[in-house]
Amino acid sequence: MNAVGIIFSSINEKSVYELTKQRTMASVPFGCRYRLIDFALSNMVNSDITHVGIITHYNYQSLMDHIDTGKDWDLARRHGGVKILPPYITAFANNSNYLYSTRLEALISIRDFIADCKEDVVVLSDCDTVCNLDLSAMVEQHIASGADITLGVKSSYVAQDTTRAITIVNSDDNGKVTEVVDYSGMRDGFEDVYIRVLCIGKKYLEELITDAMAHGYTSFTKDILIRNYQRHDCRVFKFDGYLATIRSMTDYFRCSMDMLDPEIRRSIFGVRNRPVFTKVRNSSPASYTDGAIVRNSLIADGCVIQGTVENSILFRGVKVGKNTHIKNSIIMQDTITGENVYLNCVVTDKNVVIRDGRVLSGHETRPFFIDKGSNV
Amino acid sequence: MITKKETVAMLLAGGQGSRLHLLTQRIAKPAVPFGGKYRIIDFPLSNCINSGIDTVGVLTQYQPLALNEYIGNGQPWDMDRTYGGVMTLPPYQGQQRADWYKGTANAIYQNLQFIDRYDPEYVVILSGDHIYKMDYAEMIEAHKKTGAACTIAVFDVPLEEASRFGIMTTDESMRITEFAEKPKEPKSTKASMGVYVFSRDKLAAYLEADEKTENSSNDFGKNIIPAMLNAGEKLYAFRFEGYWKDVGTIDSLWESNMDLLGERPVLNLKDREWRILSRNDAMPPHYVGQGAVINNSIVTEGCEIYGTVINSVLSAGVIVEAGAVVRDSVILGNVTVKADATVDYSVIDSDTVIGKGASVGKEMASSKGITLLGGSLNVPDGVSVPDAVICDNNMLTELSAK
Repeated sequence: MNAVGIIFSSINEKSVYELTKQRTMASVPFGCRYRLIDFALSNMVNSDITHVGIITHYNYQSLMDHIDTGKDWDLARRHGGVKILPPYITAFANNSNYLYSTRLEALISIRDFIADCKEDVVVLSDCDTVCNLDLSAMVEQHIASGADITLGVKSSYVAQDTTRAITIVNSDDNGKVTEVVDYSGMRDGFEDVYIRVLCIGKKYLEELITDAMAHGYTSFTKDILIRNYQRHDCRVFKFDGYLATIRSMTDYFRCSMDMLDPEIRRSIFGVRNRPVFTKVRNSSPASYTDGAIVRNSLIADGCVIQGTVENSILFRGVKVGKNTHIKNSIIMQDTITGENVYLNCVVTDKNVVIRDGRVLSGHETRPFFIDKGSNV
Repeated sequence: MITKKETVAMLLAGGQGSRLHLLTQRIAKPAVPFGGKYRIIDFPLSNCINSGIDTVGVLTQYQPLALNEYIGNGQPWDMDRTYGGVMTLPPYQGQQRADWYKGTANAIYQNLQFIDRYDPEYVVILSGDHIYKMDYAEMIEAHKKTGAACTIAVFDVPLEEASRFGIMTTDESMRITEFAEKPKEPKSTKASMGVYVFSRDKLAAYLEADEKTENSSNDFGKNIIPAMLNAGEKLYAFRFEGYWKDVGTIDSLWESNMDLLGERPVLNLKDREWRILSRNDAMPPHYVGQGAVINNSIVTEGCEIYGTVINSVLSAGVIVEAGAVVRDSVILGNVTVKADATVDYSVIDSDTVIGKGASVGKEMASSKGITLLGGSLNVPDGVSVPDAVICDNNMLTELSAK
C-alpha cells in the first residue's frame, strides 16, 4: 500500500483524565489485553500500511514500552516500520519553541518526517476509537476518486444533550462534502459523524501545512476542514461497522462492556485476516480453581480465578480470591483481590490491591475508579 | 564477524516421537502443543534464554516444517540476534557425504563446524522431549568447578521406574563411576535427563573418535558416555530438583498437562522469574458465557466457553458449546465441541470438530484408558468414540457406519 500512517497518540486525553494521568490516550488499556493504539495500528498493518509515525506529546513512556520496536505488529522494519515522533523542541528558545496542543501544530512540527516519506498518501488517525476499519478500501477510494481529502464518517445517532465535540460531515450523493460543521446541539437524529480518520495526498498535506504556517492556523478540523472545506475536493468514506469513541469514563465503561456482546466482539476481533495485534506478554493461560464461577465475562491469560466473576472484563494477571464477587467491573492488569471482596461497577487501574472483605460499588453511569497501584 | 560465545546449546529436535501416535503424524515431537499455549520445545528454549544462553542450534530431521515455522527467527525467545541467536540445523549435503542424522551424537558431529564458529568453551546438549524448568547456568557453574569433561543432569526417580532410564552410579563427590542405559537391575535412582554440559574440546574429540568406530549407533547414552568413562575422563552428575517429565507417551503428556491444574500446581508456569516464552497468535481474550461452568481447569486466548469444563486444559481457540461437557481432557487448538457433546479422559488434536451429542472417551473412573482423537477430524453428530482407543479418520468412518 502506497500510504504512510500518522497516529495522534495524545488527542482528547483530558476527557478521560483518570486513565491518562500517567499515560497517553494511545496507551489506555482496553478489552482485557489491548491498548487503544492497538486498534488504529492494527487497522494500518492489516491494510499493508507498514510505515507509521506516532505523534506523542506528554507521558509517552508507557507508549514507548508498549510499542517497543514494533515487532508485535510486524513493524520492526528496515524500510518504514513504526517511528515514535516525540515533541519537537529545540534548545534555542524562540517564539516557535512551544509544545503543540493541536493536530495541526503537531503536523507542523513533524513536517521533516512527512517530507521524507516516499508514499503518495497519508492516513491520519486518532486513537481514542475502537473499530476494525479496512483502511485499504478507504485509500483505494481516495485514490480512485481523485479527492484532495477523504474523511472517514459513520452514521450515528446524535442526541441533543451531547456535550462532547462532534464534527458532522454532510455530503451529496456522489460522496462530495457539502458542509463540515461542529455539532451545535440543535437537533436530534442520525448524522454522518467524522471518525477522525482521514486520507490526504502527501503533497497536498505539505501544501496545507505551509499554508497553515503562513496564516497562523492552529486547528486542522476548525481551520482547514470546517472553515475551508469548499477549497478542497473533500469526499467521505462511509464506515458502517462498530465504532466506539472514548471521551469519558462513562464511555470507557460502556464501550468496554460492549465487548461482552458476541456480535460486537466478532466485528472487532473476529474479522477474517484482520486480527488485532498487541504486545505479547507471555502470560500463562488463565487458571480456574474448584470454586470458580464465571459468567458472561472476558478473561485474559495469566488470571487466577477462585471466586465469582460476572459481566466483567479481567485483564492479564488478575487474581480473584475465594468468596470474592466481581460484578460489572473492569479489572486491569495485575490487580489482586483478596477474599470476601465485593466489587460492582468498579474500574481498577493496573497493580491495584484490594484487601480481604472490601466492598466497593459504583454505578454504570459513574463507575468507581481506583488509581494505578493503589491499595484498598 | 562472529563474536565468541562461552556456551552454545545444541537442541536435538529431530525425533519422531512415535509413541505419541497421531499427534506426531504431521509434526516433530518438540512441536507438540502443551499446556494451552506452549509447545514442548518452548521449555528448553526458554530455559536457555533464562540461563543466559543466546546461541542455540536446533537439529531437525523428522517433519521439520511446523517446527521451522514455529522457531522462525527466534523472536519469541529473544533469540533474533545479530550475533548468535537460534538456528535450525537440518541434515545437509557435504562435499564428501550426504547423510541423515544417524544418531544423537552423529547429529552433533555433523554440525561441529557450527559450534566452532562461536569458539565456545562449553557445549550444552539438550533434547526437545521434556517438560521442565532448569537453570543451565548453575549446571555450567558446577561443571567449571569440578573441571569435568562432561556433566550430566540427573533426576531422582523411584527405584521401580529406574529401569526405563539411563542410570548413573556416582561416588560421594557426584563423580560418575558407572553408567547403565535402561538397566534391568538399577544400582541407583539417578536418572539421566538427557541434559549434558561438555567441555568443547572433549566433545569434539569423542565425537570424532565415535565417528571412526564401526557399528557404533552414534548415540550419546549408548556410545559417547560409556567411551568417556572407559577412558577415565572426569564425568560428574548434577542433581536437578524440580519438575521434570518425559512427555514421550500420550499418558505422560496427559499427566504433565494435568500437573498444571490445582490451586498450587505441581508445575507452575506463573513464575515471573522463569517465564516460559512461546510464539503467540493474535487472539482475543477468552469469553465465558452465561451458564458456563469451569472448574479446576486452564483456559487460554481465543476460547469461547458456554458449556462445562472440568479438570481440563484448553488450548487457544477452543469452543465448548452450551450443554457440552469436557472432563479430564487435554484439548488442543481450535477444537469445537458442539452442543451436548461430551469429552471424557481424552486428548483431542487440533482443528477437530466434535458433533452435537457425540461422545469421546469414557468417564475417567470407569475408563480403560485415554482416548486419543486425531486432528482435523469431524466426529458426526451423535457418534460415540470409545475409551482407550487411538481414533483416526478410518476408525471414525467405521464408527459412523455403525
